[in-house]
Amino acid sequence: MLRGGESNVRKYNTINRRVFILSVAKGIVFTGIIARLFSLQISENKKYLTLSDKNRLREWRLPPVRGEFEDYYGNVIAGNTKVYQLHVIPEQVEDFKYLMVRLKNILNLSDKNFTKIIKKKRQQKSWETLIISENLTWDQFSKVNFYLHELTGAKPVLSVARSYPFKENYTHVLGYVAQASPKDLINNENIKNKHVPGLRVGKSGLEKTFENDLIGTNSVQRYEVNAYGKRVKQIKFQEGEKGKKIKLTVDTEVQKLCNELLSDRAGSISVMDIYTGEIIAMHSSPSFDPNLFLYGISRDDWKTITENPLKPLINKTVSGLYAPGSTIKPIVALSALENNIISPNFKVRCNGKIEMYGQTYHCWKDKGHGIVNLREAIKQSCDTYFYEMSRRLGVDRLFVTATRYGLGNRVFSNLYSEEKKGLIPSTKWKKNNIGSGWLLGETLITGIGQGYVQTTPLQLCLMTAQLANGGFKIFPRITVDKDQESLEKIKYKMDESLKTETKVQSSIIRNAEEIFNPGEKEYTKLFRNQENVKFVLESMFASTNEWGGTSYRSRIEDPKYQFAGKTGTAQVRKITKKQRELDLTTADIPYNERDHAWFVAFGPYKDPRYALSVLVEHGGSGSKAAAPLAKKLIKKIVDRHEEREKIRKRNLMEI
Amino acid sequence: MFQQSSYSEQYTFFQKLKSFDFILFICIFILGCVSNLSMYSTDGGEFLYHTKSHLVRFAIFFTMMIFLSFINLKFWHKTAYLFYAIVLAFLIWASLYGITASGSQRWVNLYFINLQPSELMKISIILCFARYFHREQITSVNNFKNIILSMAILIMPVLLVVSQPDLGTAILIGISGIVVLWLAGINVKYFIYSSLALIVSLPFVISLLKPYQKLRILTFFNPDRDPLGAGYQIIQSKIAIGSGGLAGKGFLKGTQSYLDFLPEKHTDFIFTLFSEEQGFVGSIFLLIIYAVLIFRIIKIGSISRSYFGRLFCYGFGSAIFVFVTVNMSMVLGLLPIVGSPLPIMSYGGSSMLATMIGLSIVMSTKIHSKQIIN
Repeated sequence: MLRGGESNVRKYNTINRRVFILSVAKGIVFTGIIARLFSLQISENKKYLTLSDKNRLREWRLPPVRGEFEDYYGNVIAGNTKVYQLHVIPEQVEDFKYLMVRLKNILNLSDKNFTKIIKKKRQQKSWETLIISENLTWDQFSKVNFYLHELTGAKPVLSVARSYPFKENYTHVLGYVAQASPKDLINNENIKNKHVPGLRVGKSGLEKTFENDLIGTNSVQRYEVNAYGKRVKQIKFQEGEKGKKIKLTVDTEVQKLCNELLSDRAGSISVMDIYTGEIIAMHSSPSFDPNLFLYGISRDDWKTITENPLKPLINKTVSGLYAPGSTIKPIVALSALENNIISPNFKVRCNGKIEMYGQTYHCWKDKGHGIVNLREAIKQSCDTYFYEMSRRLGVDRLFVTATRYGLGNRVFSNLYSEEKKGLIPSTKWKKNNIGSGWLLGETLITGIGQGYVQTTPLQLCLMTAQLANGGFKIFPRITVDKDQESLEKIKYKMDESLKTETKVQSSIIRNAEEIFNPGEKEYTKLFRNQENVKFVLESMFASTNEWGGTSYRSRIEDPKYQFAGKTGTAQVRKITKKQRELDLTTADIPYNERDHAWFVAFGPYKDPRYALSVLVEHGGSGSKAAAPLAKKLIKKIVDRHEEREKIRKRNLMEI
Repeated sequence: MFQQSSYSEQYTFFQKLKSFDFILFICIFILGCVSNLSMYSTDGGEFLYHTKSHLVRFAIFFTMMIFLSFINLKFWHKTAYLFYAIVLAFLIWASLYGITASGSQRWVNLYFINLQPSELMKISIILCFARYFHREQITSVNNFKNIILSMAILIMPVLLVVSQPDLGTAILIGISGIVVLWLAGINVKYFIYSSLALIVSLPFVISLLKPYQKLRILTFFNPDRDPLGAGYQIIQSKIAIGSGGLAGKGFLKGTQSYLDFLPEKHTDFIFTLFSEEQGFVGSIFLLIIYAVLIFRIIKIGSISRSYFGRLFCYGFGSAIFVFVTVNMSMVLGLLPIVGSPLPIMSYGGSSMLATMIGLSIVMSTKIHSKQIIN
C-alpha cells in the first residue's frame, strides 16, 4: 500500500487535482485547434484552394492571331504569314551569358541587337518569353536547329506575323501595325488585357480603328510550376480565337492602278460609288511599305521615309488640305442657280481680268473668254464669270450649298483619326475665328476655290459623287457591313425623297434623324430643283467632251467609258504682276510654288456610277497633270464594273 | 520460468507482458506508420534519403522502447539525476565543441549519431523533477531551499539552450519543467510572481533577442508584412492546410509540398503536409490519436503506486501535449514560428530518441505500476 501519513494523502490530492485542471485545459486547447482546422479547411477552403492554385499554376499567353483584311473580291490585303522566331525563357536557361554568346555567333547578331536583347531581358520577368529574333531567315533557323542540343533554353518557334502582300498600295487605307507601346496599353484596355511581349497592334488607319475586332484572343498554355517557377507539366492548352476578318469595299486592281498613275509624285486619288458610297480606291502618294514596320524599322529606312519632302507618312486623301481651285465651280454654279441669283442664260464678258473693289482679279486666260454664259463658263472654267456670279451670290449662300454637298466636313465619322475637316468660309466663321469682317473681294476668290477654302481630296470625291447621283446624300463607307442596301433600294429611296415636298433639310435636323433612326438611311435630296443639278452635270460633260472644254484632251468618246469632269488648278501662292507677265511654264517654277493639279469626274456619263477625284501636288494645271490620269483610271473602273456587280449580288444574298 | 533481472524481483516476464499497455503501443505504432508515409510523401513519392533514415530510426527506437519498457521503474528512479547530469554535460559540450548548422550550435558528434542534447533535456528535466519531488513532503515542497534548487535545475539547461541559440526548444524545456513543478505542488503564487518578473524584464529580453527572432515574432502578428520573406512559411503553410479541405488532396498529391512551396516539410511542417494531403478528416484522426496517447499516459500515471511514476507520467503526458499543440498552433498560424518538432511525426533522430525513452518510462510505469519505490 501507499506509504501512510496525512501528508502523503495531501500530496496525492494536490497532484490529482492539478492534473485534472490540466486535463480540462488540454481539452479546451485541443478544441481550439480543431476549430482552427475547421475554419481553415472547411470555412475558408475555397480561398486557400484558389491561393494554392495561384501558387501552382502559371499561364503563358501566346500572341493572338490578328484578323485579316480582304478587298471586295476576297483577296487578302493584310494577312498573316509564317515566320521563324527564336524564343528564350530565361528561367529555363542554366547559363544565360553562355547561351547568348553562342546565339550571337550562330545568328550573327550585331552588337547593338545583342545589348538590346540583354536590356529587354532585364525589364521582363524571368518566366516571360524573351524574343531573341522575330524573323529568322531559313538559313538561321536551320542553323539554330542544328545546334539546338547545345542551346538549352532556346526555342525555335514557328509563329505568324502580319504581312501586307500589296506592300505600299494599301498603306494609307489600312495603316500599319508595330509593337505595342506603353501608350497603346494605356489607351486601349483590350490591348492591355491581351498584351504579351512582341504583340503587334495597329498604329494608324483601319488597323488602329478596328483594333478591337482584329486583335483576337490569346492562346493560353497553363503549366504547373514549382516554388522556383520551373515548369513541371502542361495542364491544358486553350486555343485562342483569331481576330475578326474585315472585308473592305476597295478593289485592288484599281488601287494598284492609282499607285502606278501617281508613281512617285505627291498626290491622291479616290474613287467612290456614287450610290452606295463605297470607296473603290483611295490612294495617297508617295506611299511606303508597311512591312518595314513589323520588326522595328531600321534607322535608314525611317530616315528615307521621314526626310522625303513629299511626306509619305501623311494620308493626303483624308488629311491633306488643299484649295480646291476650279473643282468647286460646279457647286458655286449650283448654289447660284438654286438661290435664283442667275439663270443659265446670264452672260458675262470676260476680258481676262476684272476690276472690283479697287483690285484686279485675273481670269486664268489672259486674253479672256469673251461673252460667256454659265455653261460655257463651267466648260472653259472662266474665272471672270465666277467672280461676277459669286459677287451676286455671296459667301454665306455658297457656304450652305458647299457644306450640304460634303465640303468642310469629315467624310468618315470615325474611321481615320487623322482625317481633317477642311474649311468652307462664311462671314460668321471669319468674325469668330479671324475677328475681322468679311471683305467682298474674298467672296470672289472663294468662288474660284481659292482663299480660305480648304478641302481634302476625298471631300471633293464625295461632292462629285453626290452631284453625279442627281443630288442625293450618300453614305461613304469602306467596310462591307451588314447594313448595306441594294442599288435598287437606294435608287428607289432617292426617287421617294425626290417626291417629298419638304424643303432641303438643314444638316442639324438630318444628323438628329440619323441618331434616332440609325438603321434606316435617308438618301435626302440636296437640291431645290433637280434641273439645276442636271444643268451642272451637263456643263461638266461639256467641259470634258466638247471642243474648248478644259479637259477635252482627256475625253473618251466610247460611250461605255465616256465621262464628265471638272479640272482645277489651285494656286499655292499669290501670283505677282511680274510673274504673270513672264508667263512661265510649270517646269520653270520652283517645285513648291507650282500649282496643285485637280480633276474631279464621274462616269460613265449615260448612267453614272462612279465618281473620282485626282490631285497631283504641285503638278501644274489640272487639265495637263490630273485629267489624263482620270482618263486611264475610269477605263479600269468601268472594266471592273461587271465583276463588282456580281460580287455585290452575292454579298446581298449572303446577308 | 525465466529468471528475472535483479531490478524486478517481484515480477515474472509473463506478468510483465500481461500488463504491457497495448493502447499506448498501438497509438505509437499508428503514429509511426503515419509519420513514415508522410516522410515518403515529402520525398515526392519515392523511397529516398529522408524516408529511409526515418524508417530506420523509427524501427530502431521503437524496438528499443519495447525492450526498455521491461526495465524496472526503480532503475529510472535511481539514474534520474545521473541522466540529467549527463544530458546537461552534453549541453555544455555542445555549447563548447558542438556542431554548428544554420547559425545554431546544437549538436554533439557521437560518431554513430549527431545528438541534439536539448531534445533529450525535454525528458530528463521531467525525470529529474519526478525524482526530486518523489520523497518530498507536501509541506516542504514550497520551502525556500526547494524553490531555489528546482529553479536552478530548470534554468541551467534553459539558458544553455537559449545560448545555442534555440529559443523554441528552450521554451519547450521551460514549459515542461514548469508544468512538472506545478503538478508537484509548488504554490501558484510563485508562478504568478515569476511571470510578473518575466513581463517586467520582457523589454530587456527582447533587446537580447537576435534580429531574426524579433522578425519572427513581428511576422506572426502580421504575416503579410513580408510575404516572400519571413511571412512566407506561415502563409504557405496556411495555404497548404486550407487548400486540403475536408478530404484532402490525396496521398502524394499535396501540390504545396510536392512543388516545394512548403518549407521544412520534413521537420516542423510535417503536419502541414499531412493535413494538405489528408484534409480535415485526416487531421482530426491524427489529433485523436495524439489525444488518446496523451490521456493514456495520464491514465497510466494515475494507476501508478509510486509518486515518481505518477509525476513522470503526468509531466511527460503534459509535455507531449505541449509539443503537439505548440507545433500545430505554429503551422496553423496561431503561434509564432519557433523550431518545435511534432513528436514521432517529425524527422529528427534526437527528438525520436527522447520521445521513445519517455514512452518506455511510461510503459515501465504501467508494467511496474504496483512497484513501490522507497
